Amino acid sequence: MPRDTIDGRQMLGARIILKALEEQGVEVVFGYPGGAVLPIYDEIFKQNRIRHILVRHEQGAVHAAEGYARSTGKVGVVLVTSGPGATNAVTGLTDALMDSIPVVCLTGQVPTHLIGNDAFQEADTIGITRPCTKHNYLVKDPNDLAKTIHEAFYVARSGRPGPVVVDLPKDVVMEKGAYATAPRGIKRQQHKTYRPAHTPDPASINAVVDLMVNAERPLFYTGGGVINAGPGASKTLTDLVKDTGFPITSTLMGLGAYPASGPKWLGMVGMHGTYESNMAMHGCDVMINIGARFDDRVTGNLKYFSPGSKKIHVDIDQSSINKNVIVDIPVVGDAGVALKAIFKAWKARTTRPKAKAMKAWWADIERWKAKDCLSYTQTGSVIKPQYAIQRLFELTKKRDTFITTEVGQHQMWAAQFCRFDKPNHWLTSGGLGTMGYGLPAAIGAQIGNPKGLVVDVAGEASILMNIQELSTAVQYRLPVKVFIINNQYMGMVRQWQELLHGGRYAESYTDSLPDFVKLAEAYGMTGLRVQDPAKVDDTIKEMMAIDGPVIVDVCVDQKENCYPMIPSGAAHNHMLLGPEDEGEQKITGAGMALV
Amino acid sequence: MSSNIYEGSVPVSVLKDTDVYRHTIAVLVDNEAGVLARVVGLFSGRGYNIESLTVSVVDEDAQLSRINLVTSGTRQIVEQIKAQLGRLVPVHTIKDLTDEGPSVGRELALVKVDGTGEVRVEALRIGDIFRCNVVDSAPDSFVFEVVGTSEKIDAFIGLMKPLGLVEVSRTGVAAIARGAGGMVDDALPKPKATPKRKKATKKVAKKASPKRKSAAKKAPTSSKKKR
Ligand SMILES: Cc1ncc(C[n+]2csc(CCOP(=O)(O)OP(=O)(O)O)c2C)c(N)n1
Repeated sequence: MPRDTIDGRQMLGARIILKALEEQGVEVVFGYPGGAVLPIYDEIFKQNRIRHILVRHEQGAVHAAEGYARSTGKVGVVLVTSGPGATNAVTGLTDALMDSIPVVCLTGQVPTHLIGNDAFQEADTIGITRPCTKHNYLVKDPNDLAKTIHEAFYVARSGRPGPVVVDLPKDVVMEKGAYATAPRGIKRQQHKTYRPAHTPDPASINAVVDLMVNAERPLFYTGGGVINAGPGASKTLTDLVKDTGFPITSTLMGLGAYPASGPKWLGMVGMHGTYESNMAMHGCDVMINIGARFDDRVTGNLKYFSPGSKKIHVDIDQSSINKNVIVDIPVVGDAGVALKAIFKAWKARTTRPKAKAMKAWWADIERWKAKDCLSYTQTGSVIKPQYAIQRLFELTKKRDTFITTEVGQHQMWAAQFCRFDKPNHWLTSGGLGTMGYGLPAAIGAQIGNPKGLVVDVAGEASILMNIQELSTAVQYRLPVKVFIINNQYMGMVRQWQELLHGGRYAESYTDSLPDFVKLAEAYGMTGLRVQDPAKVDDTIKEMMAIDGPVIVDVCVDQKENCYPMIPSGAAHNHMLLGPEDEGEQKITGAGMALV
Repeated sequence: MSSNIYEGSVPVSVLKDTDVYRHTIAVLVDNEAGVLARVVGLFSGRGYNIESLTVSVVDEDAQLSRINLVTSGTRQIVEQIKAQLGRLVPVHTIKDLTDEGPSVGRELALVKVDGTGEVRVEALRIGDIFRCNVVDSAPDSFVFEVVGTSEKIDAFIGLMKPLGLVEVSRTGVAAIARGAGGMVDDALPKPKATPKRKKATKKVAKKASPKRKSAAKKAPTSSKKKR
């Protein structure tokens, strides 16, 4: 061990910070400099173990760290300055909180004696970020730096992961203090107060399997918790599904945990999920929720949500249980550990669900599948957005492809048409729905997976929210592909205006869009444009062949809507399958108020 | 707002899921900057109501503070509140004093009443009935110190209103479980039970056994933190 990692050795606060990051195994930091963090940047300059990626906006730094974290399973690290640096990071932190992504964000702060004085570039970062982080710390003594940073990593990655802010006053960073090595071993690592659940109560596992073996219409409903539990959890899930023969659906966040090419896969559930998934949610008699949180995008109107089912809920976060939906069997623990325990208990049983009932259940499902709810017709000379995304998926699926998205129709189409067979390859802003997420997330994913093919499926409106990050991609020669589904509208907004507001398209059309091909060139990257359906394949192949960042401007049908759709306030079995359904079901009353 | 039928010990079996009920919750937290803001922010951010909240250091050596809060909601909401509190990093232990066996809660109020003559005498007489201390006395005013359940204080204040009530200052509820055994922090070494203590446990358990049992059965939520 190098001499200076020994406890008690005095070193500069900034050096302690770098040392602690190193010890936490940090390889890369996404950041943006400023006055309050200059001493830290000086230390970064003096070393070469930790790579610093200079973003172009602090929001981008957090999303990039999220993309890195989600695609690698490691903690993403951010470094920003005080005041505006910290406030710019807030959207990213909130995004990471909503989607349970482990991020440690170091923020600069004015010197301790100036805190509260409205000093230059002072913001109450701790106050501002308290509700949008899992936890935050203000370090007031250089001797506490190492310990606090180690603890921040522990809190960020354990239990239900989330963002943690460490606020660093400039004087603390410039003074000398003692370094403390990270606690090793389970015992020493144990936190004074923070003890997240890990292993579920065996009694609850037995109760789960009791329901499973007696089920007639069972359904797995899985979420991001399975992804967060690591690739092992996805593997166990896949084995369990195979052994039980139960159908499986997943939330937007959980896509890829069970392979979409698997025989039991029903597609995504929820507002823009498949008909078969939503009908199965509505009609099942045993619902096995693993690592999903009964989000309103999934349940639709709670009054009508899966009325006839016994519900099992496995979640690492006790507060997720019985929050929206009262469940019959709560299981508190890590999704991977719980899945293993359930699988073991299942195998130990001799009872199995009645074959006749299961056959009838699958017959129902096949009937729903036959509706072919994702079908669309690519005719004429205009590219259908679904077609572009489906071709993108088909042509890239042989590579190790990571798909990130922005927010809107294109995001839902990507979720519907990109069929993920592996976890950690689908990065989208689920809980917060943050436009501008996709490009920086793609940058983070590419940093973490240099050999991967990383594509941001974007909308022309969303991409402009963090377009400056193209410059980051170019600087670090990151070959990310930005695949813009350009309908010139904020498509999702336009769709809602069509359904809910009499087709009055208030401010949802973007005039004066940039020429994305020229924009790409201005940033020093390649720009491609495709308008002809017949040329979509060739353009995608060309994009993939270019060893560098590319924008593809895919000019698509401006009026296409995203189906199927559960209109707000409706039940799962009242889906709109296409425009022909719109007239029949008017969304009125309370449904209008929902977003 | 309904008041509790049994002070501090509710047979949970009488509650329906839709009943809104008042709970007193004790939370042991690290005595660190901002911990109160975290708790209060949680309540305001999630739209839970706080009827009363007190906070004070209870263990200087271990740097522990205790927050007593009184909130009300349906069973589902109160369970949510406890689970959300449990998620906060500096929180050690949570105890629902209403759910987990009998407890006592007390509040102190300073009540100023202005007046002379008849009303002044009447105020003093009522103060006596409520076992108030007169902590300040001027020719035309009294400050009463009244200690008791929130209901008792409400009642006293109500009676003072027509008698020249001008100002009230209340501490909020401090509450504690009845019987032996303390709300120890899971993370700290448990104090060894002395034989004396054991005896005490028996005694109390006998006295309170019917209520205790029913509450314990229906409310398996232990004071241990689960997340
Ligand atoms: C930061 C932010 N602002 C506003 C919204 C609301 N919103 C949701 S989707 C959408 C339109 C997105 O348009 P575009 O990126 O072109 O995607 P499309 O729906 O057309 O595929 C908007 C404005 C949001 N999700 N995020």
